Amino acid sequence: MVTLLSSNGTSRLDGARVDGGDLWIPISELAQLGWELRPEGACRGDVCVPIPKAREHDFVRDEAGGRLFNLTELAALRREPVVRSERGDVFAIGVASDERAALLRGGEAPDFALPDLEGRIHRLSEHRGKKVFLVSWASW
Amino acid sequence: MITVAFDSGGAAAAGPWIALAKPTHPALIDVEHRVAELYEMVNVPMAVWIDEAGRIVRPAEPSSASDGFRQMDRKTFALAPEIMAEYGRRAEVYKDALRDWVRRGAASPHVLSPDEVASRTHGPSAADARAHACFALGRHLAQAGRADEAQACFAEAVLLAPENWSIRRQALWFESPEAPGGPKFWSAVDALGKRSYYRPVRMRGLDES
Repeated sequence: MVTLLSSNGTSRLDGARVDGGDLWIPISELAQLGWELRPEGACRGDVCVPIPKAREHDFVRDEAGGRLFNLTELAALRREPVVRSERGDVFAIGVASDERAALLRGGEAPDFALPDLEGRIHRLSEHRGKKVFLVSWASW
Repeated sequence: MITVAFDSGGAAAAGPWIALAKPTHPALIDVEHRVAELYEMVNVPMAVWIDEAGRIVRPAEPSSASDGFRQMDRKTFALAPEIMAEYGRRAEVYKDALRDWVRRGAASPHVLSPDEVASRTHGPSAADARAHACFALGRHLAQAGRADEAQACFAEAVLLAPENWSIRRQALWFESPEAPGGPKFWSAVDALGKRSYYRPVRMRGLDES
């Protein structure tokens, strides 16, 4: 079992296998991360990442228990950083910095959803139509 | 106004402060430092101005904060009167600018053009993105009771993004929740030498003439 931390939150991947630093998961577990394998590539919603034909074996392999998909290779293709615990039981996949930087430089305020003290979730987008002064602080 | 506490200790850490402040605005708690990552807030306080259409008109900057705190008496936390007065002056300049934007909107001279917003947006760089992934891993490991592994991840995050004080100080909190602002924090601040702890605030009357 591997725990994956990603923009999708914390996911428990029961059928995961770590091989040479790579994280392989059963195709059936891709859906919980929002991914789906289609003829055009690895897809999340309307966005598909084409898998290079010549390197298909780096991404997909068949084993006795079924077909496995290499998540870390997909992250590398998307230029997302991957770090893992020494034991290899927890992986974290970050964001593609160039994509994020381009969005931020474009000036659109990225949405987020966070709880208040009572646990009520607030979204930035709920405040559309009003000016927002967003300010950080910390107790530390 | 929306305040966001970058506090991995969650409500237990930030809650008492929020309860004391009795805010009438949304006072949110961000255990993952998600807003920090999204908006390049590398320290606290940092502020972003967002207009009615959801456009950033001033990207992350340390509001009126400045490096004056570095001259604090580290035992009594006292600051010399002239530094306190300068803090007060800076806060007034910043609040006046904020009020001007609230009143005049896009006509306020403090609203930046899209090009200026883009030019003041630093990154994130590939190293910043990797630092956040290391921080996420460290946070998960710390909360699973794997403190040594967690600190190794935090150390890598700090090496990758040395100017990210939110990550650095939260890591100190994980290491020592009762004294995150202790000697290790001050030695990191001292190691800056002539470099800034808070980025200069590019606003007339603050760090721009």
